[in-house]
Amino acid sequence: MTNGWVDIKNADVILAMGGNPAENHPCGFKWAIEAKKTRNAKLVVVDPRFTRTAAVADVYAQLRPGSDIAFLNGIIRYAIETKRFHEDYVKLFTNAPYIINEKFAFDDGLFSGWDDTSKSYDKSAWAYQPNPTTNSYDVDPTLQHPRCVFQLLKKHVDRYTPEMVERITGTPKETFLNVAKVVTSTGNAERVGTITYALGWTQHSVGVQMIRAAATLQLLLGNVGRPGGGVNALRGHSNIQGCTDMGGTFEILSGYLATPRSELPDLDTYLQKVTPTTLNSQAWASMNYWQNYPKLMVSLLKSIYGKAATKENDFGYSWLPKTDGNYSWMYLFDEMYRGSSNRAGGVEPGPEGLVTAGMNPASIGPNAPKMVAALSKLKWLVVVENYEIETATFWKAPAEYGGAPVAEIQTEVFQLPASGFAEKDGSFTNSARWVQWKWKAVDAPGQSKTDQEIIARIFLAVRDLYQKEGGALPEAVLNVAWNYTNPASPDLGEVLREINGKALEDLFEPPKDPKDLKEPKKLIKAAGQQLDSFGQLRADGSTSCGNWLYTGCYTEAGNNTQRRNNADPSGLGMFHQWTFSWPANRRVMYNRASADAAGKAWDPTRPGIQWNGEKWGGPDVPDIAPDSPPGKFGAFIMLPEGSGRLFAPVLADGPFAEHYESVEAAIQNPLHPKVTSNPASRRFSTKFDKYGTAAEYPIVCTTYRLTEMYHYWTKNTGRLNQLQPGFFIELPEQLAKENGIANGEQVRVISARGEVQGVAMVTKRLGPMVVDGKPLWHIGFPIHWGYTGEEGHLGPLANMLTPSAMDANTWTPEFKTFLVRLEKGRPLKST
Amino acid sequence: MPIQGLEVLQSSASLRGQNTGLRVLAKVSKYIDTSTCIGCKACEVACQEWNDLPVVPTQQVGTYQTLPTLQADFWNLIRFNEQEFEGGLAWLMRKDQCMHCADPGCLAACPAPGAIVQYANGIVDVNAENCIGCGLCETGCPFDVPRFSAKTGKMSKCTLCVDRVDSGLEPACIKACPTGCLHFGTKEDMVELGHARVKQLQANGFANAMLYDPPGVGGTGVVTVLAHGDKPELYGLPKDPRVPLSVTFSKRILKPLGIFAIGATLVGLFTHYVRTGPKKPHDDNPPRTGG
Ligand code: SF4
Repeated sequence: MTNGWVDIKNADVILAMGGNPAENHPCGFKWAIEAKKTRNAKLVVVDPRFTRTAAVADVYAQLRPGSDIAFLNGIIRYAIETKRFHEDYVKLFTNAPYIINEKFAFDDGLFSGWDDTSKSYDKSAWAYQPNPTTNSYDVDPTLQHPRCVFQLLKKHVDRYTPEMVERITGTPKETFLNVAKVVTSTGNAERVGTITYALGWTQHSVGVQMIRAAATLQLLLGNVGRPGGGVNALRGHSNIQGCTDMGGTFEILSGYLATPRSELPDLDTYLQKVTPTTLNSQAWASMNYWQNYPKLMVSLLKSIYGKAATKENDFGYSWLPKTDGNYSWMYLFDEMYRGSSNRAGGVEPGPEGLVTAGMNPASIGPNAPKMVAALSKLKWLVVVENYEIETATFWKAPAEYGGAPVAEIQTEVFQLPASGFAEKDGSFTNSARWVQWKWKAVDAPGQSKTDQEIIARIFLAVRDLYQKEGGALPEAVLNVAWNYTNPASPDLGEVLREINGKALEDLFEPPKDPKDLKEPKKLIKAAGQQLDSFGQLRADGSTSCGNWLYTGCYTEAGNNTQRRNNADPSGLGMFHQWTFSWPANRRVMYNRASADAAGKAWDPTRPGIQWNGEKWGGPDVPDIAPDSPPGKFGAFIMLPEGSGRLFAPVLADGPFAEHYESVEAAIQNPLHPKVTSNPASRRFSTKFDKYGTAAEYPIVCTTYRLTEMYHYWTKNTGRLNQLQPGFFIELPEQLAKENGIANGEQVRVISARGEVQGVAMVTKRLGPMVVDGKPLWHIGFPIHWGYTGEEGHLGPLANMLTPSAMDANTWTPEFKTFLVRLEKGRPLKST
Repeated sequence: MPIQGLEVLQSSASLRGQNTGLRVLAKVSKYIDTSTCIGCKACEVACQEWNDLPVVPTQQVGTYQTLPTLQADFWNLIRFNEQEFEGGLAWLMRKDQCMHCADPGCLAACPAPGAIVQYANGIVDVNAENCIGCGLCETGCPFDVPRFSAKTGKMSKCTLCVDRVDSGLEPACIKACPTGCLHFGTKEDMVELGHARVKQLQANGFANAMLYDPPGVGGTGVVTVLAHGDKPELYGLPKDPRVPLSVTFSKRILKPLGIFAIGATLVGLFTHYVRTGPKKPHDDNPPRTGG
């Protein structure tokens, strides 16, 4: 989230799209209800299904799964057309005035720079136009230049007329226009709107672009950086934010630092590649915060390798694993199944073993039969879990789940019982970036152990082997700093201290005049002291830090994530003394944009930060150098140009969001039939990777979650099974009627990959839609069941049906839109 | 068990309660805003956990609703109903439970002395020790709430967490509700809260919004905000609930004779038989779609 949960109460309009917060985030959703009650805020829900969120919405619009970009681009067009956008903000804080070089074009579904052989874009075709005389970039502050971002955006979205929106999304024109009107009512200084989204956007082959479209809209409306505004990702698990912060995916280390790649052999080459050059343009300079990359990276290396990391050995950079290919989920499982990997150095054997902790690959991956088949190719599998999950028992998965006969599976499976979240101390980082400590509530049962003990004991055993036997690159393991009081089960408080970072030597303020040797040195931190903020990090090896974003969470004052003071002097729900929020205990990111050119709050009743003539003051922690007068730096300090990007020349699939059909396309793309789906998205080609066509599979299907259940866990919990006793499939009334299916009867859903059977829930909440002039049906079902769990509550894996398709930037699977057909269910075996 | 220290206002089949009048207790009430309820069922689980109710067997039959109706071991049920209106679809969700009527029909209908009591704070509770399991309270309730438990042989229903309330806590359902659509406090405050929300709904286009606090039963200890107040039936609420005539008759005429409890039971049973015929299990729920 750019903002936070509580902050939703400051919004005038809440657009819930690509998510179902009442269902999946009921506790955070209370703040939307609060805004409705106290501000008379309007809750707008745009969703294929009339959800629990829609049940309490003020405005609801139904759209076809996967057509969100068309809807959002339609609103952007409406905002520009009717001048319902925040013009002062746009000129001040966005890249609207930047002029793009002449190579940029968009024709027939493809941006310029497309290379059909590699199926990827050359992004240099989208660059800002350099100005050699100023050594900067050309801008047109009046926004009139035909190649300035604003004019290009206007041209790009011009095709998304209300009629085109209706044709693509199936949302009737009047309904769409009503939504557009309410949402754009915040395109000014007086009002603010927020957008919340979740997996309903991320899990598409155009997932990142859906979020891009939302960000573009919010920048245009001037809603980013302001209390009550923002683009807010509602994270699905209690600590998934913490997981990504700490390097939860293969391409990032903790603090979102790039994972080194094999073509960057030493620290200098790496830092040169990843540290962005400041682009000064417009009226102001950019802080370009990422120019501090060397400080962040060196401090991280010091925290990993401790004393072994020295300037002479590149702080141990060479010991870090380097990626040499794509290690994201679907690639990994594809290689596991095929037994061969495409790597930078050529083809190598696929993975032979897998350790999985806190996840359930057999259930959560798309195309479940392929997941199970891949697992059966492994030599060994370690499952760290508190239940005997599908992954641990994949070898006895029923045949329809892709399971091979047990005799043919050679995989040795180890299940290590792990304690659950309530059985251990630690911290959760929520969607609002609040790192909150929680305390163990009950003892773990039986022989189960905490995750840290399991990891530590594996690490120590492996280190022991390297010590005794040597091996390839033993330094990578032997040099790891492991200085915990109890090495076999580190205390998580100690780990958090380490993540926060400390001074390794006395740290002094940089001298004002480096030549004046007599100038008294001012001590900032003595050696060994905990750091207060990432501003204190150094690139010379004198600081260590496990995640620069978390610096401040555990200072000399103690574990700040345990703070529980709910004082809120501003009344805006910022709660600066409640736990610690990254970065720097800031509650709203990019909050420089909450004030106008002179540094005065756009809306004095909802100030973020304000300039008092000398420095920036609260209520929030300034997201800008505190003593930099307004006009000195751009508001978006994490971008090298300092301006919010209406045009993002960095993504794999284009600088503007464009509507593409899902990989399994229900219709030809009405905008450009020759390029129907996202050209930069990838497919796979094993016998499991089948893709259906609309002719064979005419119904659009989507998957989702229920508030009563948590992922694939709670099917082990009697109380919750009681509330949602089994798998069901939601069908529109008319479709059920056409197929002779009554409510409560068994129904089968079949995709190119597999089939599932369950109870039909016949409902008005999924309506018939007219898309591209023709009637189109959509159905859906929740994901929570599988072949393990409490007796009487087993059910099919939803992912039996989902395709091996993914987003072009994040490689997130397209769980949310695929094609199916429907049949009456087979009679149930009597039990 | 009667709650020690909570004065009783009235008691079934007794001439009067034991209220000394020495301590004046404010009437309490739950507040339910159906227009901000998301149907998450946290209240259902909280109710069961606090009251030590066992897991009840359920089955997916094509609805989000946990059970067709309340049960002896399930006192708090969210009712789901999909309804088309002129302005579009609505998915109505209402928390169903004992309404804690000011004039409780169950209490009036009960022939066993002290089996149903109304405390001075308005809470209506079944006192299992005195309950003879005759089921007559069912006939007195216009909301179809009390249930006979075959396991204990007693009647059972929501107690408004009287044990918690007596210790100054809110009922478990209120505590668990994540959206704040439930509140608990004095009846006066809850009614005020309800009127404010109704006004807001009316201003937002729900002309028929109303606070459901039916006078036919003297008002209830559960006040409910309904966006479609002209049609409480859509939420599973009777439009103008009253205690059945047979019961009011028994209350006014026969109750003074309550010490002859057995006689009253017989009369009551007879009245029940005349009204509804032999006792049936709860199988009369209309089939629903979706939900
Ligand atoms: S806990 Fe609250 S929001 Fe959830 S179902 Fe119960 S009353 Fe509704």
